Amino acid sequence: MINTLIGDIGHASVILAFVAAIVSSYAYFMASRATVELSGDNSWRKLARGAFYVHGAAVMMIIFALFNIIHEHRYEYYYAWSHSSNHLPVHYMISSFWEGQEGSFLLWIFWHVLLGVVLINTGKTSKVWEAPVMGVFSFVQLFLTSMILGVVIGDLKIGSSPFILMRDFMSDAPVFAMDPNFVPADGTGLNPLLQNYWMVIHPPTLFLGFAATLVPFAFAMAGLWKGKFHEWIKPALPWSHFAAVTLGIGIMMGAYWAYETLNFGGYWNWDPVENAVYIPWLVLVGAIHTMIAYNRGRSGLKASFILVITSFILILYATFLTRSGILGNASVHSFTDLGLSGQLFTYLAAFAVLAVALLAYRWKNIPTTEKELTTYSGEFWVFIGAIVLCLAAFQVLFTTSIPVYNSFLGFIGIESNAALPADQIAHYTKFQLWGGVAVAILSGIGQLLWWRKGEKGSFVDAIMLPGMLTLLFASLIIVLSKMGMLHETMDNPVFIVLLVASLFAVFANLSIILSLLHKKISLSGGAVAHIGIALMLLGILFSSGYDNIISQNTSGLVYSREFPDEINRDNVLLWRNSPVDMDKYTVSYHGQFQEVKGVPGYINRELLFPTSDPYKAIARGPIKVEDKVYYETGDTLELYSPENTYYQVQYKEREGDNTFTLYPRAQVNPNMGLLASPDIKHFANKDLYTHVSSIPDPNEEKEWGELQEYDLAAGDTIILNDYIAVFNGVEQIKQVPGVALEAGDVAVQADFKIFGERKEYHAHPVLMIKNQMLGRVPEEVADLGLRLTFMNIDTENNKFKIGINASQKDYIILKAVEKPFVNILWIGTIVMSIGFVMAIVRRKDNGGNKAKPAAPKQKRKVQAA
Amino acid sequence: MKKTHIVGILVIAVAIVIIMSSVGDASTYVSFGEAIERAEDGDMTKVHVVGRLKKDMQGHIVGMNYDPLVDPNYFTFMLVDTNRVEQKVVYFNPKPQDFERSEQVVITGNMQNNVFVADKILLKCPSKYVEKEIQQNTASL
Repeated sequence: MINTLIGDIGHASVILAFVAAIVSSYAYFMASRATVELSGDNSWRKLARGAFYVHGAAVMMIIFALFNIIHEHRYEYYYAWSHSSNHLPVHYMISSFWEGQEGSFLLWIFWHVLLGVVLINTGKTSKVWEAPVMGVFSFVQLFLTSMILGVVIGDLKIGSSPFILMRDFMSDAPVFAMDPNFVPADGTGLNPLLQNYWMVIHPPTLFLGFAATLVPFAFAMAGLWKGKFHEWIKPALPWSHFAAVTLGIGIMMGAYWAYETLNFGGYWNWDPVENAVYIPWLVLVGAIHTMIAYNRGRSGLKASFILVITSFILILYATFLTRSGILGNASVHSFTDLGLSGQLFTYLAAFAVLAVALLAYRWKNIPTTEKELTTYSGEFWVFIGAIVLCLAAFQVLFTTSIPVYNSFLGFIGIESNAALPADQIAHYTKFQLWGGVAVAILSGIGQLLWWRKGEKGSFVDAIMLPGMLTLLFASLIIVLSKMGMLHETMDNPVFIVLLVASLFAVFANLSIILSLLHKKISLSGGAVAHIGIALMLLGILFSSGYDNIISQNTSGLVYSREFPDEINRDNVLLWRNSPVDMDKYTVSYHGQFQEVKGVPGYINRELLFPTSDPYKAIARGPIKVEDKVYYETGDTLELYSPENTYYQVQYKEREGDNTFTLYPRAQVNPNMGLLASPDIKHFANKDLYTHVSSIPDPNEEKEWGELQEYDLAAGDTIILNDYIAVFNGVEQIKQVPGVALEAGDVAVQADFKIFGERKEYHAHPVLMIKNQMLGRVPEEVADLGLRLTFMNIDTENNKFKIGINASQKDYIILKAVEKPFVNILWIGTIVMSIGFVMAIVRRKDNGGNKAKPAAPKQKRKVQAA
Repeated sequence: MKKTHIVGILVIAVAIVIIMSSVGDASTYVSFGEAIERAEDGDMTKVHVVGRLKKDMQGHIVGMNYDPLVDPNYFTFMLVDTNRVEQKVVYFNPKPQDFERSEQVVITGNMQNNVFVADKILLKCPSKYVEKEIQQNTASL
C-alpha cells in the first residue's frame, strides 16, 4: 500500500522551511536597519529568530521524513528505490540518505541550521552581529531549500524534491498504467563503492566544512553592510579556522576513502570533483593568514575581505561544477544533471554579484594603512604565503574550469574542443609541487620572523639551528635512500628541493614550539599546524614520488606487438594455487572468499552452498576460525553482501619467513559491472597496496570441457586433469543441501579424494531420486578446475557411472604497488588538525573575553599564526 | 616603487605564466583523422577522442580483443569517432571492468604506428548513475 502521508509531510515541511527562510531573512534585514537598531526595537529580531527556529524545525522534519522513507523501505518513493535496498544495514542507509543530490543538499542545509542556532546563542558578540549575520544565513538557506523544493511552474522547474513518488517519476512505465499502486519489492541499492564506513562520515564532515565557510562570509558581508570594517575579523577568525579544519579533514577522509576503496592506486587523482573542494580550502587558508596578519599589524583588511568572499564563492562554484553535469566528459564521479544547472548558476551568480558589488561599493571606505611592511616583519611573509596559496588555487581553478569554458563558448555560439590535460598528474604536479616548496619555506621563515619580531640579527640566530638540522637530516635521508630505504636513490633535484624545504619547515616550527614552551604553549597552534602541513608534503613526496609497482609482468613474454618497451606491464596473471615470484615475494592466489555474518574474517566460497536467496547460504562443512566452530554442516548462514568476493592472495618473503595474506575485493554488480577494491598491508615504513585488475567474468557461464564418463568400482584410482583421484565408494545420505527430501526419496553421494598440489580435496557429487525423478547435484572443485557428476548406478555390475568435466583453472590479474612512508601523510593530517584546534581554542578564549575590539594594542604581541 | 607594487607585478607575472603553461598543457577533443594528421606531423601530444563502441545485432562489441591468458596487459578494441571513422585502439592494461556495458567512451593518447595507443579510458555507462527502468523481476509483487 502506498504511504503518501510521509511524503506529504516531507514536502509540506520543505515548503514551510522555504517560507520560513524568506520570513527570517526579510525580518533580519529589517532588524539590521540602522533606525531599528538605534531605537532598540527588538520585535523584528524576535520575529526573525522565531522564523529561523521554525525553519530549523521544518528542516528536521524533512530529514525525519526522508530517513523514514529510506529506513522503512518505502519503495513507492523514487529516492528510497534508487538509493537503498532491503539488505542495506542501517549505517549504509545513512549513506544512502546523502547519496543523491537532494539528500546532500539537505545535509548542507542541516549544518547551516545548526551553525545558525549556535551563532544566535553564543556570547555577547551576537547582540551586535546577530541581525546582519543571520540575515545572510537565512538568505543562503532560502536558496538552498529552493534546491529541494520540487515545484514546476510551466517549463520552469524549481528544485528537485526527494519526496517524488515512483509513479510520478516514471509516469510512462507500463507497470503504473496497470496498477497505480504498484510498489517495487526491492530498491536498486546503494552504489557498492559507497558501502564503506568512510562514506558514512566523510560527506557530513565535508559538508560541515562547506557550511562553516558561510560563517566568515556572513561576518564579512555584515561588516561591509553595517560599516564595521574591521570588527568582524575577531569573531570570524575562529570560525575560519573551524571551517578550514573541517573542510581539510573532510577532504583527507575522501582521499583516504579513495585510497582504500578505489583502484586508481592512490589517494589523490586530480579529478575535477576533488579539485573543486581543494581550491576553496587553499583560498580559505590564505584568508586565515591575512586575517591573522591584520589582527596584529592592522594591514591586509582589503585582502581579508577579498579572500573570505572568494572562498565562499568558490564553495558555490564547487557545487555548481559537481552537480550541474558540466564535467560529464571530464570526471567519473560528478553527479548527473537533475535539470537544475540553471538554478545552480543563478544561485552562484547571485551571490558573486551581490558580494562583489557590495565590496566595490564600500571599497573606498575600507580603512587601509599607509605603513609599508618591512621585509623583516612576519606579516610581510605571511602575506607572501597567502599569495602563494592563492596562486596555487588559481592554477587548479584555471585548469579544472576547462569544461566550463567549453560550455560557455558553446553557449555564445563558438565551438570549442579544449579538454583537460591528458596527463593531469604531471600537469598539476608541475605547479603544485613548487607551491608546496614555497609554502614549506615561507611557513618556516614566516614563523621565525613572526616570533622574533623582526630584528635582523636575531633572525639569523633563529634560522641557524633549524637550517643546520635540515641539511643534516636531508643528507641522512638521501644517503639512506642510496642504501635501500627506497627502491631507488633520491637523485631527482626537484624532489630533493621539496625534501629540504619540508624538513626546514618541520625544524623551524619545532624551534618555535620549543621557545614557546617557556612562554605559553597554547600559542603554538600555528607552529603545530605548519608542522602537520610539512609532514603531509613529506608523505606525498615519498608515497607518490617513489611509489613502486612490484607486480611488473615477469612472464618473459616478448613485446613485439605494436610497441615500444617502455609501456607499462604493470599487472601479473595469477593462476589459482600457482605461485609467482614478484619483487621479494612469492605470491599465490588461493580462491574466492566471502564475508559471513557472525564469523570473523572471510570464509572460503567452497564451503558455502548457494540458495535461491543470494543473501543466504548453507554450510557444506563446519565453519571454523582458529578451532572455534561457528556453524555446523547444513546450517544456514547469512551473507553481508553476496556481490562482494574476496580473493585470497598470499605473500611470502622468499628470504625470510614473513608471510601475510591479503584479501582484495571485487564486486559483481548488476548495474555497474565489476568493481575492484584494494587490500592494503601496512608496514611501518610503507604500505603494500594490492588490487585485482581483472577477473574472469563471473556472469559468463564457465566453459566446461566435454563430459568424460568413467565406470568405477569402489577403490578405483583415476587421473583427472593431471590430478590423482581415488574413488572411495558411495554412501546414502539423509540431507542434501538446498533440497527438502521427503519420505520415499533417496539420495546417495560418491566419495572422491583428489590429491592437489597443496592439499587433498574431497568431492561428493550427489545422485538422488525425488518424486520418482532422477536428480544430480554435481560437485565443483574450483581449485582444480574440475566438476564431478554422479551419473548413474549400474546395479548389475556394481559399478558407478561418474561424469567429469574439466575447465580452465580460476585466475586473477593483480596489480601491487608499494607506497613508501604514506603514513607520514596521515600523521601530518592529524598533526595539522590538532594545530588548528589549538588555534581555535585560543582564539575563542581571546575573542570571547574581549568584547571590545577597539582595544587590540595590549594583546597584540600574543597573536599567533 | 612601493613593495606592494613589486609584489603585485610578480603575482601578475606568475599568473600569466600559469595561464600560458596551462593552455599549453590543455588537450583537445579531436577526431581520429586529426589525431592521424598530428602523428604525421610528428606531434606526439596526447589528445582526447570521444567515440562509440561498434556493436553487432546481439549487442556484442565488435573487434574487441583481450586474452589475459596470453597477455594480461594488452587490450584492443575498435572505436568509431563522431565522424564515423573507425580506428583500432590499444590499451596496455587489463580491460576496464565494465567495458562491455558502456556505449560511449572517452580515450586519451596518441597515434603510434597506425594504432591509437590509449593511456586512459573513461567509460560512460548510461545506466551508471541514473536508474530509468524497473526490473521485471520486481514487478511480480
